[in-house]
Amino acid sequence: MDLEVIVNKVKNNFPESVLEASTFRGENTLVLRAEDILPICRFLRDDPDLFFDYLTDLCGVDDYPHEPRFQVVYYLCAMKTRRRLRLKVSLPGMVPRIASVVSVWKAANWLEREAFDMFGIIFLEHPDLRRILLTPDWEGHPLRKDYPLRG
Amino acid sequence: MAKTDTMTINMGPQHPSTHGVLRVILELDGEIVVKATPDIGFLHRGLEKLAENKTYHQCITLTDRMDYVAGMSNNLAYVLAVEKLIAIEAPPRAQAIRVLLCELQRIASHLLWLGTHAHDIGAMTPFFYAFRDRDEILFMFEMVCGSRLTPSYFRVGGLAQDLPEEFEAKCREFTRTFPARVDEYETLLTKNKIWMRRTQGVGAISAQEAINWGLSGPILRASNVNWDLRKAMPYCGYESYDFIVPTGENGDVYDRYLVRLMEMRQSNEIIRQVLDKMPGGEVQVDDPKVVYPAKAKVLESIEALIHHFHIASEGFPVPKGEVYASIESPKGELGFYLVSDGSNKPWRFRVRPPSFINLSALSTMVEGRLIADVVAIIGSIDVVLGEIDR
Repeated sequence: MDLEVIVNKVKNNFPESVLEASTFRGENTLVLRAEDILPICRFLRDDPDLFFDYLTDLCGVDDYPHEPRFQVVYYLCAMKTRRRLRLKVSLPGMVPRIASVVSVWKAANWLEREAFDMFGIIFLEHPDLRRILLTPDWEGHPLRKDYPLRG
Repeated sequence: MAKTDTMTINMGPQHPSTHGVLRVILELDGEIVVKATPDIGFLHRGLEKLAENKTYHQCITLTDRMDYVAGMSNNLAYVLAVEKLIAIEAPPRAQAIRVLLCELQRIASHLLWLGTHAHDIGAMTPFFYAFRDRDEILFMFEMVCGSRLTPSYFRVGGLAQDLPEEFEAKCREFTRTFPARVDEYETLLTKNKIWMRRTQGVGAISAQEAINWGLSGPILRASNVNWDLRKAMPYCGYESYDFIVPTGENGDVYDRYLVRLMEMRQSNEIIRQVLDKMPGGEVQVDDPKVVYPAKAKVLESIEALIHHFHIASEGFPVPKGEVYASIESPKGELGFYLVSDGSNKPWRFRVRPPSFINLSALSTMVEGRLIADVVAIIGSIDVVLGEIDR
């Protein structure tokens, strides 16, 4: 029921965006259309009932060899209601691109840099998109599934 | 007026007060920090990649090499995630022991922080006091699992084995003496004029900013945000223990110090309660597919031998799906996000490292302040580079 409330709220404002909603082990997940991620995140943060003010985590996932291959996973938390919500978007192609959410949560800054470093996901309009854990001249993105375990 | 040029200096990665291999590029105008750019990754070992190629059981030993001053907490967050994925729950006695050891770990981690942080700011004595008491905890860990820093004692479905008999007396003795020890640290620092001048009003961050930056742990609570996962989303039965969540008011280095000191007292209180209420019974779930059989059984039962062999060589398959489980580690919210494709190895093994996200706010805290404050602020964040770089 909790998930329904969230889905309806999002659907009212972004009718085309929610592709899938599911609950597994008590965790709610929304699969969203990648183009709408920034306005939806802003909406989820600012809506007075939802109020997802805290970005717990953001990371990439590589579903190689499936296409679309990459996913970005956002894990949000609403401190007031103690609710959590996972957002997922799929990104096609070898050079995936998606809007940055740093303007919504500053926490996304380093997390997006890490996803860029490890998966090569490009976050558009990110204020400082550089590698973070690896050296600037590193070749490849190690957490991609086609990157060898031994380098 | 004459125009002044800024100067760029390099702090670290080999610097005693960066607590590991953290490098900060500081742009200075005289003694004022204009811009601070942290540079991390010197300790990157590719743990997430490595874990994707290990069975769920083998991953346990990787986790305590992240935040290596809080191994128990790392193990706990990971095994909780796997347990959530397989939908099993450790028996009550195992849960209570987990809480007990994680609270001891919190004290040990805070003591290491206290000693090094005070040392950074110029107070030498607290270091010796803190390490003396931390060692008592490490000694107890050694008693429990033979290891001081990298326990790997929590297992999927419970614990590796029950506590040794002599543990309880030792632990009770610790809880009796510890509050007076905290008083000792406080006499050294809390009203110390130099300490107060160096920490009050330094590196302050507002509650709203702290939430937006995703901060967690004592540093968030020092900014007067009452958020502790042990209360907000209890795990391992924390709801049945009586404790308060200390918060600060100003969100500065001094308040972070006070919050951690109060947390140690609360942890001690929790430990005492766990010892009083310790339930009996098994410390592992009865599931031979997941939990190693007892060694004695392996030697005489062919079935147990086969289970042992399977778990050791192939691990166990877990259902397809994705879960996130997190705990309130000494540094903040430590979470594991596991994606399973139904096989015996995690498809995606993601760590939500509290120090990484806490450190990302360093620039905001130090810019516009004196260079000497940088040391105090880095110390107050309580970073562990093993966890940041993974």
